[in-house]
Amino acid sequence: MPDHHHIDFRNVTVRYGNDIALDGLDFHVRKNTIFGIVGPANSGKTTLLKCINRTIDFTSTASVDGRVRIDGENVREIKNVYSLRRRIGMVFPLPVGLPLSIYENVAYGPRRAGIHDKGQLDEIVERCLKQSVLWDEVKDRLHSLGTKLSGGQQQRLTLARALSLEPEILCLDEFSIAIDPVTTMKIEDVLVNLREKMTIILVTNLIQQAQRIADDMMFLNDSDIVEIGPTAELFANPKHTLTAKYLSGEMG
Amino acid sequence: MAAPRAQHPFTASSHERTKLFREKVARNLMLVAALALIVPVLAIIVYLFYKASPVLSFSYIIDDPGPMGKSGGIWLPLMGTFYLVLTSLFIVAPIGILAGIYLNEYAPDNWLTRAIGMAVTSLAGVPSIVHAMFGVGAFVAFMKMGESLIAAACTIAVMTIPVIVTATREALAAVPMSFREACWNMGATKWQTTRTIVLPNSVSGILTGVILEVSRAAGETAPILFTGAAASVAINTSSLDRKLVPYDLDDKFMALSYHLYMVADKIAGMPEEMKFGVAAVLIALILSINSVSIALRSWLRSRKKW
Repeated sequence: MPDHHHIDFRNVTVRYGNDIALDGLDFHVRKNTIFGIVGPANSGKTTLLKCINRTIDFTSTASVDGRVRIDGENVREIKNVYSLRRRIGMVFPLPVGLPLSIYENVAYGPRRAGIHDKGQLDEIVERCLKQSVLWDEVKDRLHSLGTKLSGGQQQRLTLARALSLEPEILCLDEFSIAIDPVTTMKIEDVLVNLREKMTIILVTNLIQQAQRIADDMMFLNDSDIVEIGPTAELFANPKHTLTAKYLSGEMG
Repeated sequence: MAAPRAQHPFTASSHERTKLFREKVARNLMLVAALALIVPVLAIIVYLFYKASPVLSFSYIIDDPGPMGKSGGIWLPLMGTFYLVLTSLFIVAPIGILAGIYLNEYAPDNWLTRAIGMAVTSLAGVPSIVHAMFGVGAFVAFMKMGESLIAAACTIAVMTIPVIVTATREALAAVPMSFREACWNMGATKWQTTRTIVLPNSVSGILTGVILEVSRAAGETAPILFTGAAASVAINTSSLDRKLVPYDLDDKFMALSYHLYMVADKIAGMPEEMKFGVAAVLIALILSINSVSIALRSWLRSRKKW
């Protein structure tokens, strides 16, 4: 069911105190697609992701109106917010290696979710590190500290951690910011393959990255949606001049 | 810039020479101030131990005090201070650390949290003699503990709790927020996050704070003055277990700080070296507790994980 609305935003408004971060957003993301979100700084991209797994709750000044539904279920009404977060993998722009070994970084989520079988954990760690194209670099030192890796390696470690619970939704916020172009391309290939198993939301500043792998795309500006549609169409026939300018690098 | 530059590009102009001179003066001035810090510490230690040297010996430590403290050793006051600190630690550490964790990890930013924060700050500002009066009213009289080791330990606990709470919060706050967010994004609960990431990386900092506070409490006289300290106690320490644990929780006890107060001023004809002996032992005790905390801190730095 390719048109199944996996994630559905209905009139979602987020305020931090009196500042509006998202202004009545309406859109949906189809299941098993890559959904690209582009837009200048401060347009609300990260806030949008935080609404999906409700980590926005940790920002005490934030107030959320409207409805975010996942598979038709309002995330506000989900009693067990921890199970919600386990269904959603999150990678934020700043790489965060937890102060644990590389192995334990990836095993962190599964352990908290109650998986303790050594063989099962070994399997998860290897699979996720391979998916995030980090395995070859760290397979001989899985028990050294994750925080001592380079920035780009930590970023891929963060990605591996996000994949460890086999999420049905993967949110990537500028995942490639510290990663070299060659590795980035390899990860993009992995993401395209992962699409069969999960819905991916890709927030990116690299317009070409969105063009390469996103099925649909949304252009956010100033807390609001400027344009949304199939990626190819947005690039070929943008309906707004602002979209055309942003995608061609002329906005400013 | 019409003025010709200095002949050589690396020759300092007069402006730069003044700048360098001032830099030197400022640096040395601050260096002298910093060095001045260690003078009183060294002076106190050298003076005390020099004055106390005639009595300092192994038997001085392990012997009970003679009549009026004019002769004999300081075993009973030393043990009194030790058990006083240990008992108050058992009371204050769990409460202080748990409260600190709650305030830093869980508490929402509301009026209740702010009220607790203000209570902690105010409590820290209460003079120790006032804590003593409170201890008399609350523990000795109201809770019917009588003048005892436990009443004094409770009074010390109330006095030290704000510092323990603050030290705990600071140690927890030193763990980057991004670690917590990463855990929450993985569906970890706050307690899972605290237990697996936050506490393991702040426990040494918390312990350092607790130990420093304990060493301060060990030197206090006022809070134990009316709550349980005694000038002398009739305890027979001939058996080994009575030697090692001279006091029960409801006994009055001797303590180094109070003992020093008595021998230094209250008893006529006290030999000089007996006064300084007590002070030297008290200082040695506090310095050795502090060095444990310094060792702990350097160990913590060496295994910092990020």
